[in-house]
Amino acid sequence: MIAYIIRRLATGAAMLIVISMVTFGIFFIAPKATGTDPAVLFVGKIADARAIEATKIKLGLDAPLYVQYGRFIKGIVVGRDFNSGPEVTHCPAPCFGYSFKTDQEVWPLLMKRLPVTFSLAIGAAIIWLVSGVLAGMISALRKRSVVDRTVMVIALAGISLPVYFTGLLAQAVFVYKLQWLPAVSYVPFFDNPVKWATALVLPWITLAFLYAATYARLTRATVLETLGEDYVRTARAKGLRERRVISKHVMRSVLTPIVTVFGLDLGGLLGGAILTETVFTLHGLGKLAIDAIGQSDLPIILGVTMFAAFFIVFANIVVDVLYAVIDPRVRLT
Amino acid sequence: MSSGPTTTAEAYEAGAPAHQPTAYLDVRDLRVHFQTDDGLVKAVDGLSFKLERGRTLGIVGESGSGKSVTSLGILGLHRTRSNARVSGEIWLDGEELISADPEYVRKLRGRKMSMIFQDPLTAMHPYFTIGAQIVEAYRTHHNGASKRAARRHAIDMLGRVGIPQAARRVDDYPHQFSGGMRQRAMIAMALVNNPELLIADEPTTALDVTVQAQILDLIRDLQSEFGSAVIIITHDLGVVAELSDDILVMYGGRCVEYGAATEVFYRPEHPYAWGLLGSMPRIDQEVRERLIPIKGSPPSLINLPSGCAFHPRCPYVGLGGIPCKTVVPDLPTDTDHPVRCLLSIPDRRRIFSQDIAPKL
Repeated sequence: MIAYIIRRLATGAAMLIVISMVTFGIFFIAPKATGTDPAVLFVGKIADARAIEATKIKLGLDAPLYVQYGRFIKGIVVGRDFNSGPEVTHCPAPCFGYSFKTDQEVWPLLMKRLPVTFSLAIGAAIIWLVSGVLAGMISALRKRSVVDRTVMVIALAGISLPVYFTGLLAQAVFVYKLQWLPAVSYVPFFDNPVKWATALVLPWITLAFLYAATYARLTRATVLETLGEDYVRTARAKGLRERRVISKHVMRSVLTPIVTVFGLDLGGLLGGAILTETVFTLHGLGKLAIDAIGQSDLPIILGVTMFAAFFIVFANIVVDVLYAVIDPRVRLT
Repeated sequence: MSSGPTTTAEAYEAGAPAHQPTAYLDVRDLRVHFQTDDGLVKAVDGLSFKLERGRTLGIVGESGSGKSVTSLGILGLHRTRSNARVSGEIWLDGEELISADPEYVRKLRGRKMSMIFQDPLTAMHPYFTIGAQIVEAYRTHHNGASKRAARRHAIDMLGRVGIPQAARRVDDYPHQFSGGMRQRAMIAMALVNNPELLIADEPTTALDVTVQAQILDLIRDLQSEFGSAVIIITHDLGVVAELSDDILVMYGGRCVEYGAATEVFYRPEHPYAWGLLGSMPRIDQEVRERLIPIKGSPPSLINLPSGCAFHPRCPYVGLGGIPCKTVVPDLPTDTDHPVRCLLSIPDRRRIFSQDIAPKL
């Protein structure tokens, strides 16, 4: 088990390196695609040729791409120095460079955005996990009833309606029309937990609605499938109460696919929920990414991408290990 | 023939008042119908039999003849399916189960009556240990029992069904057991509450022949130890002949032949029973040329063939002008070896002794 986890972490790291290489390629591709040199992006539109040359040297853009990549990795691992003539700027590890637009260090910027995205993703995840699985269970156990059909129609709506529709609708209704919720922006949890929750409740519900729909359908299908299993019949033949048959024997089997999907979904969201963050103007990683893309702020795009990739790779490892914990037939070797 | 032991249909059909059981297990006119999109499936249609404690009934038939549906019906397991309709009477130890409160029947399940399922790889939960599953069966019906006592009981039970090192293997998962061991564990789970009625649904189908014999011995030993009534469900007449006191042959959800095992096995009268015998390999005789399969396939339970349900596959259909295709044969009630066939009794006996017996 330990050996398996270590090996998975190693392959995960290798995967991240490959992803970083591919992502780093945008430094090479972007100038060709947009016709704009990264140095020009950094200096700004009014730059003269000398300033651009100086910037190229400062950012190391004059070196071959593989050297640039080497410096980039070195920056992440041990930090790096940017040498612009007389002055040397030290960028401590993990260094993802500086924003082209604001000249801020990328890493602290990511760290600042992280709590917003985490608050959004984890809060929404709890809501959709509980509501989705519950709705799916009820639906399956009351198959073909009015409740079942209602849940499934709502689920279909949840899957079909985009966040920028449900999110804006929710805002229009609950904030502006009914005025149940104030139009506040993100407040850190440790500053004021109540305001933190008030600001996030609509984004949570909007995001959770989208995912809960998938979970309700997945749970319903798995429960129905499990109910037909021989071992459920055996549990009933043993004289167990129906409640126990469901809560123990059926739920145990339903857990497996749910855990798998949940881990990957959450991992994906921790790298930023672009649409939800944009709709609710939450300054999380997703918003950071979309703004950076709009401004061709390459170092930030690179940083957010690496960040998101890290969470997905890590979530995969966690899910695989959990799988072995849940299913005794799975041997991790 | 009618002077034989009255173990079968005769007793209650002849004289006993209705609504009074005349045996430990007394099943009367059991019908299990399922409403499906394709139509009404009459999986069991008017089945009657009885069984005393300490005795064994073998129910034989092809896949889809209604054997397993019957046993699940006795346990009351069709109630959880909304599309099932169960009617008739099932008397167990003086109590009628079909009209009984479902909660009451639940409490009998696993304690007074229990079941050994076919293919224990799918019939046991893959995520719980063997021990946990046996412990659960025990504690469900022994509310006061501590976990430790239940576990001791489970280990004891596993030892009795012949699992070596039971104290260690109790914590294994089903996939860590071999097929024969799983079947033993399944039996241990079914017997953990000393049931008075034990239903074994194809208990040896998934096993190889040597293990088969061991499992059958085990069931026989445990039966004599506990004095249970046992129903063995199988498509293998050999298994049934070895264990049973009575044999009931099912076809298309109905009983087609019923009687003492010696009668049905050595002097079967229904052409379908002949077919079952002919398609069974025998090791007690010289090598026969070939097995004789029953031609055709089992009937649709939605649209049974007209007349005798077996007529499309019967080699003696219409023999001497009998109206097999139009007249539905009854199961006679005035004999202890009833056969649902339009052939006259002398004809059946003649055909069996002249045509069938020499080839077996």
